[in-house]
Amino acid sequence: MTEAVVNIPATTKRGEIIEIKALVRHPMETGFRRTQLGELIPRDIIRQFVCLYNGIEIFRADLHPAIAANPLLTFTTVATESGTITFRWTGDKGFSVTESAAITVV
Amino acid sequence: MTSRRHFLIAAGGVAGGVGLGSVTGTAHATPDEMQEAVRKVTGQAPVRRGKVRLDMPPLIDNSNSVPLSVTVESPMTPSDHVKAIHVFTEKNPLPNVVSVYLGPRAGRAGIATRVRIADTQTVTAVAELSDGTFWSGSKSVVVTLSACLEDGMI
Repeated sequence: MTEAVVNIPATTKRGEIIEIKALVRHPMETGFRRTQLGELIPRDIIRQFVCLYNGIEIFRADLHPAIAANPLLTFTTVATESGTITFRWTGDKGFSVTESAAITVV
Repeated sequence: MTSRRHFLIAAGGVAGGVGLGSVTGTAHATPDEMQEAVRKVTGQAPVRRGKVRLDMPPLIDNSNSVPLSVTVESPMTPSDHVKAIHVFTEKNPLPNVVSVYLGPRAGRAGIATRVRIADTQTVTAVAELSDGTFWSGSKSVVVTLSACLEDGMI
């Protein structure tokens, strides 16, 4: 089952600003909802998202319960060199998903 | 001697205090709590309006997933760039929505995501620039169906 989907251009020109979209499967349970029996559903959210470009952090986000389920983040970066862009989501209950995508810069 | 008037004033004060306590005790943040959350980020620095543009649909049908985007006017150079963007709400259970940290490598100071909006309210984005200044932009949205606390969404 796919846990994460990332979208970056496979090939781009050096110096171009590229748009990155990163989506991950997660319920983002707020911790404020109750079951029909009135029990509080414990919080279970993604706390942090990090994006690395050839090992160097280019973007980081701290998420809170107000982020919708299956968090989608869209941001930009300057294409500097060919390599790998890595995406990592970490959260409650030991949640950790890593995804990566190759980029060719010409 | 405690006159009847004094007693009533005192009782009113207590009742008012209890009332306030119960308001802050609910699952909804208040505009004051949002200001507090903003201050936690900015410290003592003043927050000026401008430079930040927060985009959301003005009328929200499905408040469990509302597109939100923030763009900040900035050249995004090593000497002048946006370091962080924080989004806050007045009436969600918690004031913080998301904090993102970026740098000159972003090229453009713009992010987008999808958020939950509990109620009709004003959403605020605060940007921290590399020169240490803070700028904000906000948007008022109207919610026709509430998220976060409703059971109907399960």
